[in-house]
Amino acid sequence: MAQMTMIQAITDAMRTELKNNENVLVFGEDVGQNGGVFRATEGLQKEFGEDRVFDTPLAESGIGGLALGLGMTGFRPVMEIQFFGFLFEVMDSVVAQMARMRYRSGGVYNSPVTIRSPFGGGVKTPELHADSLEGLMYQSPGIKVIIPSTPYDAKGLLISAIRDNDPVVFLEHMKLYRSFRGEVPEEEYTIEIGKADVKREGKDVSIITYGAMVHASLKAAEELEKEGISAEVIDLRTISPLDIDTIIASVEKTGRAIVVQEAQKQAGIGAFVVAEINDRAILSLEAPVLRVTAPDTVFPFASAEDVWLPDHKDIVEKAKKVYNF
Amino acid sequence: MKTNTIDAVQDQFETFQILSEDGEVVNEAAMPELSDEQLQELMRRMVYTRIWDQRAISLNRQGRLGFYAPVAGQEASMLGTQFALDKEDWILPGYRDIPQLVFHGLPLYKAFLYSRGHFEGGQIPEGVNVLMPQIIIGAQIIQAAGFGLGLKKKGKKNVAITYTGDGGASQGDFYEGLNFAGAYKANAIFVVQNNRFAISVPVEKQSAAKTIAQKAVAAGIEGIQVDGMDVLAVYAATQQARERAVNGEGPTLIETLTYRYGPHTMAGDDPTRYRTKELDDEWTKKDPLVRFRKFLEGKKLWSEEQENKVVDQAKEDIKEAIKKADGAAKQKVTDLIGFMFEELPYNLKEQMEEYKAKESK
Repeated sequence: MAQMTMIQAITDAMRTELKNNENVLVFGEDVGQNGGVFRATEGLQKEFGEDRVFDTPLAESGIGGLALGLGMTGFRPVMEIQFFGFLFEVMDSVVAQMARMRYRSGGVYNSPVTIRSPFGGGVKTPELHADSLEGLMYQSPGIKVIIPSTPYDAKGLLISAIRDNDPVVFLEHMKLYRSFRGEVPEEEYTIEIGKADVKREGKDVSIITYGAMVHASLKAAEELEKEGISAEVIDLRTISPLDIDTIIASVEKTGRAIVVQEAQKQAGIGAFVVAEINDRAILSLEAPVLRVTAPDTVFPFASAEDVWLPDHKDIVEKAKKVYNF
Repeated sequence: MKTNTIDAVQDQFETFQILSEDGEVVNEAAMPELSDEQLQELMRRMVYTRIWDQRAISLNRQGRLGFYAPVAGQEASMLGTQFALDKEDWILPGYRDIPQLVFHGLPLYKAFLYSRGHFEGGQIPEGVNVLMPQIIIGAQIIQAAGFGLGLKKKGKKNVAITYTGDGGASQGDFYEGLNFAGAYKANAIFVVQNNRFAISVPVEKQSAAKTIAQKAVAAGIEGIQVDGMDVLAVYAATQQARERAVNGEGPTLIETLTYRYGPHTMAGDDPTRYRTKELDDEWTKKDPLVRFRKFLEGKKLWSEEQENKVVDQAKEDIKEAIKKADGAAKQKVTDLIGFMFEELPYNLKEQMEEYKAKESK
């Protein structure tokens, strides 16, 4: 075991897979010699050569096309979109091309591409760097979406993503890159895609969340505990597909739930989680399932992040509302 | 001081031609090395495709085919490029580029199933290196850069060839694809079939550039404009581009000047709304079949009898293929669910059960 930040765990996962499989390729803007704008690919080009880890021209759409083509000529591309706000440039490649390849060829072809991209607020980035756009991915049939919240989850899930034979979008929250260290095994291991993790057990209310909101939820759970409310925190880890069994089992146990996301209320996946709970566990509910989200505006100007982003206080408030319904 | 940069660039892209409209060889030095049998095979394929186009239009009108983008007029451009390929080369077609796929090994009935909207049309047989026709104009161009780089990295002496139209050359993905392939010296050939119209919009409205071939300059790659109604010139240009690519010299942009005699697609487009009879007549005179037929007849390599044989064969094959397409099983939702992932997520597993129950009723 080693103590690693999430970014180190991510680098370690790529190193592991570059070593394991000569068809794994890592590419994107500044991922080569520079080691990535966040150092996620630090040292990889030096270790594996320019043939395996390389820079691309500055064009997200072209990177997507490159990944699809490389993926169909026998490689396992791990492409990077520098910030997920730039997704719009490559939306066609991801959603209309890779995500549909297996289907439109009637199962003959596939697109084994991993799309890594940072996102997330709290670090005062300029425009269109921090937006939470995972909801757009959730709505697109044919792709899986992973959002890890710990170094341990990040490594195991990224290795699984790279080994998956269908396209996987792997979203890395910028605020979590270096904010804390965690235990990460040095050897290779995988975490099953589509499996949530109960980060804290509780019996009164289920807090279903992902990304940076996992940590805000854990903090909220501690405060709630002081007031005698026992909260169970479920880190979805994969947001598409959802781990429906873990969600429903928790709600059936606690009888109350809130869904917490950093994205705006009209975005993210909160509404889908609520709908699934209503469909499957309404008879267990003591109260409606409420959501903690950002307001339905464009992502805030940097200096307004503090008042805009949801935080542990919002979670405590919503949890109490559900508890006292 | 008078600057004349634009003219100077334009002058680099003179139309490459081997056969005149009368089937005379006007550029003996560029004549590709093709055996008599290969020349006849090229003619056979062009005649076959012309008949197939006529039949496809009429089958579409009878409701026995669905989506269809006519190809008459573009036979030299389509088949001349494909004829220069190796079996292991990859084709990334646009939606009009079905003939190339069929002559690269896609069974005709699958082309018909694609037209109707049936998954079997996309199930490409093993060893036939083609993608399904691309509907998003330009997407095939960036993907071809990826295929071209992949082939190069695998050390293959093969290329990826992709096609778009004159309108497609205005897309961002068009420029990105050329530029990526150039930056990586990828094994790629980009063909722009300039048939002068993107649905109703004439090529002059796409760009102020006098040629599309010169757009290669922006990517720093080779570009060539070819008489797209001259199958020998198209073949020779593609063969050279292929040579250069497999020798590690990078990609080429080929612009073929061509024309579609029919409508844009069979979905209600009426070319008389935007094309004059004069323009149609002008391009009818350039018909690739007429020109090549004259050339072959001059060499005593083609006769009416041979031509009729091809026509009969084409009609026979089409009849068989349509029959085979008719025999394809009806698509079920459970089929479609099954093609989504290697392993189904929970939602699709549930929906699979739901539709299985529905389908067994």
